[in-house]
Amino acid sequence: MPGGITQMFSPTDYLMALPITLLTLFALGILLIDLMLPAEQKWVNAVTALVGLGFAAVAIWKILNYLTTFKLLGQPALANSMLVDRFAIYFWGLFLGGAAIAIVASVRYMEIEHENHGEYYALILFSVVGMMCMAAGIDIVLIFIGLELMAISTYILVGFLRRDRRSNEAALKYLLLGAFSSGIFAYGLSLFYGTTGSTNLQQIARALGQRVQSNPGHIDPVLIVALLTTATGLFFKIAAIPFHQWAPDAYEGAPTSIAGFMSVAVKAAAWALLLRIFLYGLSPLRSVYVPLVVFVSIATMTGANLAALTQNNLKRLLAYSSIAHVGYMLLGLVAGDSRYPTADGIKGILIYLLVYTFMNLGAFAVIASLRQRNVIGDEIDDIAGLFFRSPTEAVLMLVFLLSLAGIPPLAGFYGKYFIFLSLIESQHYILASLGVLYSVFGLYYYMRIANQMFMREALDETRLPVSAGMRLALGVTAFATVFIGVFPDRFIQLVNWSLGIANTPTIARLIR
Amino acid sequence: MQSHILSIILFTPLLGAIVLLFVPKENKDAIRWIANIFALAGLLVSIPLVPMFWAQRFEPGFKFMEGTPNNWIPSIGAGYNLGIDGISFLLIMLTTLLGWISILSSWTAIETRVKEYYIWFLVLQTGMLGVFMSLDFFLFFVFWEAMLVPMYLLIGIWGGPRKLYAAIKFFLYTLFGSVLMLLGILFLYFHHHAATGTYTFSIPELYKTAPQIPFHYAIWLFVAFFLGFAIKVPMFPFHTWLPDAHVEAPTAGSVILAGVLLKMGTYGFVRFSLPFFPQVITNSATFLNVTVRGWMIGLSIVGIIYGALVSLMQKDMKRLVAYSSVSHLGFCTLGIFALTPLGLSGSVLQQINHGISTGALFLIVGILYERRHTREISEYGGISNVMPVYATITMIMFLSSMGLPLLNGFVGEFTILQGTFMENWKWAAWAVPGVILAAAYLLWLYQRVFFGTVTNPKNEKLHDLTPREMLTFAPLLIIAFWIGLYPKPFFQILEQPVNQIVQTVRPGYPGTSGAVNASVKPGDQLPSADANMNAAQLASDSAKGSK
Repeated sequence: MPGGITQMFSPTDYLMALPITLLTLFALGILLIDLMLPAEQKWVNAVTALVGLGFAAVAIWKILNYLTTFKLLGQPALANSMLVDRFAIYFWGLFLGGAAIAIVASVRYMEIEHENHGEYYALILFSVVGMMCMAAGIDIVLIFIGLELMAISTYILVGFLRRDRRSNEAALKYLLLGAFSSGIFAYGLSLFYGTTGSTNLQQIARALGQRVQSNPGHIDPVLIVALLTTATGLFFKIAAIPFHQWAPDAYEGAPTSIAGFMSVAVKAAAWALLLRIFLYGLSPLRSVYVPLVVFVSIATMTGANLAALTQNNLKRLLAYSSIAHVGYMLLGLVAGDSRYPTADGIKGILIYLLVYTFMNLGAFAVIASLRQRNVIGDEIDDIAGLFFRSPTEAVLMLVFLLSLAGIPPLAGFYGKYFIFLSLIESQHYILASLGVLYSVFGLYYYMRIANQMFMREALDETRLPVSAGMRLALGVTAFATVFIGVFPDRFIQLVNWSLGIANTPTIARLIR
Repeated sequence: MQSHILSIILFTPLLGAIVLLFVPKENKDAIRWIANIFALAGLLVSIPLVPMFWAQRFEPGFKFMEGTPNNWIPSIGAGYNLGIDGISFLLIMLTTLLGWISILSSWTAIETRVKEYYIWFLVLQTGMLGVFMSLDFFLFFVFWEAMLVPMYLLIGIWGGPRKLYAAIKFFLYTLFGSVLMLLGILFLYFHHHAATGTYTFSIPELYKTAPQIPFHYAIWLFVAFFLGFAIKVPMFPFHTWLPDAHVEAPTAGSVILAGVLLKMGTYGFVRFSLPFFPQVITNSATFLNVTVRGWMIGLSIVGIIYGALVSLMQKDMKRLVAYSSVSHLGFCTLGIFALTPLGLSGSVLQQINHGISTGALFLIVGILYERRHTREISEYGGISNVMPVYATITMIMFLSSMGLPLLNGFVGEFTILQGTFMENWKWAAWAVPGVILAAAYLLWLYQRVFFGTVTNPKNEKLHDLTPREMLTFAPLLIIAFWIGLYPKPFFQILEQPVNQIVQTVRPGYPGTSGAVNASVKPGDQLPSADANMNAAQLASDSAKGSK
């Protein structure tokens, strides 16, 4: 770089990197404070983590002010390796929200598990930092670092229940497969670097566009290999079939609160990454990857919905359901012509991730509250007769399940609605029909849980104690699920804003 | 100034549900009183609608419209728009009436989890009313789907031995139909945008553009909507969820299921399928040598005969009544696809009649079940000796259901058959055996349960109807006689919307010029000589059936 290191940084960099910096500082702080805390005051760690998230939120708000003051769509930062735009800010908000709810729901759960250590909260914050880098990164080096930071933090979190064999097994499995997929992903990125000569997505897109245009109708085999390997890495991270094997095991073994966190925040981060790469860096290759996405999407919907039918472990069931949801979301990417996706499809994915954050975290929070001293509480029998033990939680769980199944007027309906809307818009009638029929499948296994809660006698008649933190987490998620469902307009406009749809009709150039 | 009467009718039950949330669940009597008060209030607030609607019954278009377009979710073009015409007016009145009767009838039938029961029932009531009032397709779909949840829980929690199976089957079946309908709605939405440049779900707006959709698309849309509605009706061969749901559901659930829920399917045909896709219904393209309309008529006739034959064979009273619904609803769809003003108004009237008669039949079965906890026909016999009032009311309702003149069922079925006959006498001829079979299975049932001496000692101590139970039957009896003796007001209410629909589907059909006082008034069209002849024939048929 000409001009030396001082010119690599600009004054705005400090502001743009402020949320990431703050979260890192708080995470390190928790590690230090934890040493001084007596065992019965470990809840201070959770509070500190929440305060850190609050500070990060304020920093994001300042960035937002900056962008509106100067009427910018986005601000490149850190030597053009990250781009803080509305898309990134939208996802940052999701990560913070997901992490906050997961932390609130964790405190009591981790106490019961006797694993209430400060590292737990520090790792959650670290993984949020990694996610933020993934959502905002436009340089594949930063993206990869963010991905690894997030992934390594989650490997540890999955295995956090040291005394539990399932947790250890899940962590090891997740680690091995995850490292493998990261390797493949890095391989794909390196091929792109080799063929285009840049690590910056913007320049990769430009170089790829030239290559494709200079020789229409013919795609370099090396690009296809690069695309396949990159896509494999991405599909692994979002847990699409056939790269989903880790998800049910990891969800089952992980602490329930972490399983919830993984299914929303980690997944949202992977989606942000996937959208940035597919829609921006690799947009010239759209005609190549769309058939691939169609195949993966159909495989995902089919496999996950069938597998979910027979699950008797609630966490595994929700894992397969979350894989199935990925299948629907992938359809949003397919909608469009051979050059551009439709705005509604991408909008659908973003709305889906938003509503999914609340409804899925809510469902996991209910399962987490079933964990008592002597009961693991994640088998379908454990939720039997929940209505008699804790009516409020049972009704809230019903709300979450119906929302997951996409019954209006609950939030989950709008995710599916926009996906199917975009498919009809771009005349993919067969895919749309397939998608809606699979969503009927989904209802069956969600209603199996509802049947257990409402229509069976409880095996264990004791009333379920629900901690204050859990009440808060359930209240927030349930309120959001219902509120977004009944008054969705503001949230749809939020997504429009984050994609810049209000200003320009084409979104292909706006996710950057 | 906008009138908010529809919103008030729509949300009164929901308000009751919310109030009930705050009543402690141990206090069962308080819960029952509050639920009944709100159910009665739901009926009472809908009564002012009657004179208001009557005053403008001949005016074209939707009335009591509420809301501005796209006021709910502007970014996708969905609005909170309500409005009714004669068809939805009658169905709304039926819903508020049956809602009150069902809740009243549950007083002693429901002993466990009383609070939830009434809450879900009131929520269900709001959902059903919303379906009939919505003038926005998005809103319609929300109500259409949301209403499944309380019904699912009502069957699943308070149902019979196979309740889980029945509840999930009901839910999956109807959801299957409605998701495909959602895709159809989305197609209409984009087609409207392509034609006019605006995104909207407003039903009156979509009426303008949907008929222009080319046939090769429209046929698939028709199929998508058809599945949604035919499963709900249920038309043969989509009826298999119905007997299960009915048999397992608690009495009040069955009353609402038969009385109102099934009408949502026929309502969908009248409100959407006909005016949206005239190009499909009147198209001469064939599938297996039968036109689309031929298929609809054919399935209706099969449903009529099949439902009646299966009813004959039932050992369980409730199952018998459930299958008779398949047969009766076949008449309704037959009338719709006859595409004549007479057939259509007969069909809508028959929907009301079916709600009254079959609702009452389920109540009747429920009363016996509450006393004896069995519905096996062979367990009974000679009941008229121990419960004379009950037996009388049952006789009237049976006669009403089988279409005896002077009672409501006759007017509906006769008008449908007349309207169908005007189109094609063979269709009517095929449907008539359904009437005879109805007499057969109902009178045979009556004979086995009520006549003779009391053979089963358990039946000797049965007590007759309580005042509360009589109160549930009183309005149904009054309306059954009213429609049977003087159906003219009902036909007048239906005249304008029905003519308009026939006019849309078959422009230039005689007598549907849309003029306020068209020369053909359905209400005046019942020639008394014919009626008497038919009555005589029916009476002789009934006599044969009872032997």
